[in-house]
Amino acid sequence: MKRVLILGATSAIAEETARLFASKGDRICLVGRRPERLAEIAADLRVRGAPQVETLVSDLNETERHGALIDGAAEALGGLDTALLAHGTLGDQAASQADWTVAASEIHTNFLSAASLLTLLANRFEAQRHGAVAVISSVAGDRGRQSNYVYGAAKAGLTTFTDGVRNRLAPLGITVVTVKPGFVDTPMTAHLPKGPLFVKPDVVARSIHRALAKGGNVLYTPWFWRFIMAIIKAVPEAIFKKLKL
Amino acid sequence: MHPDRYESWGRFPKVCRQEVRSLRFRSDPLPEAEGPLLPYGLGRSYGDSCLNEGGTLLSTTNLDRLIHFDHERGILRCEAGVSLAEILRLTVPRGWFLPVTPGTKFVTLGGAIANDVHGKNHHADGTFGRHVRCFEVLRSDGTRHLCSPEENAGLFRATIGGLGLTGVVTWAEFQLRPVSNPLIEAESVRIRSLDEFYEVNAASEADYRYTVAWIDVLASGRNLGRGLYNRGNHAAPVTADLPKLRWGSRLAVPLDAPGWAINPLTVRAFNFAYYHKQLRRVQAGLLPYEPFFYPLDAVAKWNRVYGKRGFFQYQCVVPTGSEAMREIIRTIARSAEASPLVVLKTFGDLPSPGMLSFPRQGITLALDFPNRGERTFRLFEELDRLVADAGGALYPAKDARMPPAMFQRSFPRWREFATYVDPRFSSSFWRRVTHEF
Repeated sequence: MKRVLILGATSAIAEETARLFASKGDRICLVGRRPERLAEIAADLRVRGAPQVETLVSDLNETERHGALIDGAAEALGGLDTALLAHGTLGDQAASQADWTVAASEIHTNFLSAASLLTLLANRFEAQRHGAVAVISSVAGDRGRQSNYVYGAAKAGLTTFTDGVRNRLAPLGITVVTVKPGFVDTPMTAHLPKGPLFVKPDVVARSIHRALAKGGNVLYTPWFWRFIMAIIKAVPEAIFKKLKL
Repeated sequence: MHPDRYESWGRFPKVCRQEVRSLRFRSDPLPEAEGPLLPYGLGRSYGDSCLNEGGTLLSTTNLDRLIHFDHERGILRCEAGVSLAEILRLTVPRGWFLPVTPGTKFVTLGGAIANDVHGKNHHADGTFGRHVRCFEVLRSDGTRHLCSPEENAGLFRATIGGLGLTGVVTWAEFQLRPVSNPLIEAESVRIRSLDEFYEVNAASEADYRYTVAWIDVLASGRNLGRGLYNRGNHAAPVTADLPKLRWGSRLAVPLDAPGWAINPLTVRAFNFAYYHKQLRRVQAGLLPYEPFFYPLDAVAKWNRVYGKRGFFQYQCVVPTGSEAMREIIRTIARSAEASPLVVLKTFGDLPSPGMLSFPRQGITLALDFPNRGERTFRLFEELDRLVADAGGALYPAKDARMPPAMFQRSFPRWREFATYVDPRFSSSFWRRVTHEF
């Protein structure tokens, strides 16, 4: 039985991962903005076997409240063993290019707020000398592309930040997983045409759940994205800048 | 969303001008959308009752949350997009089974209600709608209605079998059936004719919860109606080790088969082999419930064996005593058009609460026909005449072509039903069959 904190709990990937924790009988605290949606997910997790499900309503952009939020979650569950950082927005690149305030808010949500939460969780896990955390970054952070470099840059920052925390906490045996999903068929990508590379969120959820339980580092999910991104990263810049990606 | 992926199971008719919006939380309002709306679950309806040309499909498969499970009494409340497969996965290990199940578990709870599905136990338990305790309907004006036999009874009866036209069912609560284990005590009896079907059926219905027959629809003359009669009950508690049950991995038909794969010769060969596969007259055994109820679910996307032009399922019901069924089978045998997938069963007299429910007392035949264009349509017209003359009906969930006159005659309460249809909801099927004639 673990005590699991899920931040950005109404995202499709987070919800599917939470179901796996519930089916193992773990205790869960869900954090999101919309109380009705959190209540619907919480009821589902209880029927699926979670002995305790708490919900905390919070806008994760408000970094000054993060300390109280994590303390509150730990208090409600009687401690924390595992955390999943799943909140984020797939912003509008055109709007971000046209208006810096839009880009800044993208970067705030996808990088700064996540880095703030991860700092607090890392310090807590370091002090208690155990814990596991997974941070959902993206393959979009592996190389800047004209179609979504604002989102990509925020995720690149988050990837590097998470890698650093893993490096710092590894001697204590604390698991820190950088999750890089490829295309996932979720409400976040509802407007995109679906090619054969798209997978359902439960596929991604299973690999996150496994990495948290067994110890993992950088998780490309599904696995073939490691190879796709290896190729994309290997393309020389002289050629890359001429591509419409 | 990719509208191309949203086709019906029979893959006919093809619809291209169709938008798709996904519903994700039951507390959310209906999304902004173009044209008339129609809920869409797992797309196992064969014809056009799950299609909405020129309108918007509301995909419900993300409404897949459980709300409450009363383990003691076997009452489950969950969102409408939960599949029957998921319900079984959750409830069977706890000793509860679906009250009624169609021949595939890949349908949503909402779809089971909207089509008021029936199963092999219709003679004993009636349709799915009889076991539904209550549900919520979200209408396009934003209102939500709690419906049960007592509360909003009209909308309750219209929504059961209402083909998704009365609004979106967001969640439903229904009664499960207690079982001791996942096993079925099954028997297969060889029947040599339609008369023998009636005899074996009459003797079986009192003692067996589940009954259904496969017949060799190409056999004629004195062999007309020969086949295998299957019957079964949930097994009593067993002490020995249970056979291992497999979940998950399935074969899939990877590509569309060429159009000629299902032809009279291959069908005749299959039927001959299938009829003679069992040497003894009666064969009995203990089976996991999945191969008993869902033999075709073992092959994902089996609809591709009919090729890109798709196929039709023709499911009719006619009164039990009438000569019509014999004449229907004779007509099909003569045409040599059908596939080996044939189901013959009698419906009992238990009424459904649904206004537009298909099951009614009588004998029902369901079978697949590859789409061979005009030829296939001409055969259906001949069959329609036999069904209509006998006072029978066709199943809307399986239909892609019945004439409006036939629908309106065999579903006499359709005008009353129409008063409950949400003004912003419609389907390709509904527009087709309510056309003036």
